[in-house]
Amino acid sequence: MILPGFGLAAQEKLDRAKVLIVGMGALGCPALQYLVGAGVGQIGIVDPDTISESNLHRQLLYGQADIRKSKVAIAADAMRLQNPTIQITTYPIALERKNALELMEGYDLVIDATDNFQAKYILNDAAAILKIPLIYGAVSRYQGQVSVFHFPDKEGICFSYRDLFPIEPSDTIAGSCESLGVIGVLPGIIGCLQAAEAIKIITGIGRSLAGRLYTHDFLETSNYEIAILKNKNVQPLTRDAFLIAENQITEDWEEIDVDEISVEAFLDLQKNSQVYVLDVREREEYPPIDFSDAQIPMSELLQHIDRLPNKDIYIICHQGIRSVYAAQLIQANKGLKTYSIKGGITAYFNKLS
Amino acid sequence: MELLIFGSLTDIIGTDKLVLENPLDTELLKASLLKKYPSLEQTNYFLALNKIMVQEKKPLQEGDVVALMPAFSGG
Repeated sequence: MILPGFGLAAQEKLDRAKVLIVGMGALGCPALQYLVGAGVGQIGIVDPDTISESNLHRQLLYGQADIRKSKVAIAADAMRLQNPTIQITTYPIALERKNALELMEGYDLVIDATDNFQAKYILNDAAAILKIPLIYGAVSRYQGQVSVFHFPDKEGICFSYRDLFPIEPSDTIAGSCESLGVIGVLPGIIGCLQAAEAIKIITGIGRSLAGRLYTHDFLETSNYEIAILKNKNVQPLTRDAFLIAENQITEDWEEIDVDEISVEAFLDLQKNSQVYVLDVREREEYPPIDFSDAQIPMSELLQHIDRLPNKDIYIICHQGIRSVYAAQLIQANKGLKTYSIKGGITAYFNKLS
Repeated sequence: MELLIFGSLTDIIGTDKLVLENPLDTELLKASLLKKYPSLEQTNYFLALNKIMVQEKKPLQEGDVVALMPAFSGG
């Protein structure tokens, strides 16, 4: 290859590189094809799904004859024909918190070609812990996005997906291509951009998208680039906290013993030290209180549990019933010490008057 | 000022571009948008002022361009 800045040394770096692609759908197919074409030596591909007819317009590695077959198996077969020297490892499994670190460890970089928020947050958090560059891609209707996380920008700062969106939303808010529809070429463009970022990072040429969120608009053929800034409220996740979050739906959390604290004891404590008070009433409930540090309604608590700081949490509600459940839920899912304020706000105001 | 709306937020706001009377700052802009489009409350998005992400309140001036960027998840 005779390309200035891209000689034998670059080709050797590609040959030695190990890349993991998570998701073998509309982003993963083109990313894989171009990384194989570029000569990346070892590639892992992760996807538990089988091929369905509705995939074919945007997942061009697969054909009619492949329907109901494993995506990773068919993709690996096609790529081995294209370049038999490349080692392809197939993982026909779903990415989960409990397997993410093990899957990703040992790879030089990871491509996020997934189609749901849960997977995107798992990949982001695991990449942060392992300090592996993550090439993020996603599409929504006629627009697609690419960025690079956990890889230093030109000032040496590493950004996280959580700098953009600190809290994992529910998947009902945004949808996948399967449910909303997409023009196949758009994820094709985005998947190719992800492969391009991977090649740049591996070979060290050019400037990566680290620190920049790049949004491509299919209808306008235009792009919009946003400089990412650090979100000061986002704390790095420890390995333990990452794995605890795995048990988000713990069935027996209602069995957990909760320490209740009386209003008197709570008032004493408040006088002498800084305590973190969480109000779990719904937003429309009265009266408002001025001594809470946060209000997260019980109905949204699991979803927003990552907003809680890593300290003891004193929980208050109207009567002191919901706050017991909230205390159990936080202990089970975030491993924090929690106290329920006995009698709730009713007892609190009775005591004051 | 000009407001550019990305992704699924165009469904809530009904367009991908709006020209607005200049609010004083980004917090007031957010509050007025929320009042006019209450379903923004359930949406995960951030603001960028002149292509730089907004992490804390920023004053707004004539000619500023603010982007509303939601989280994308398709693939």
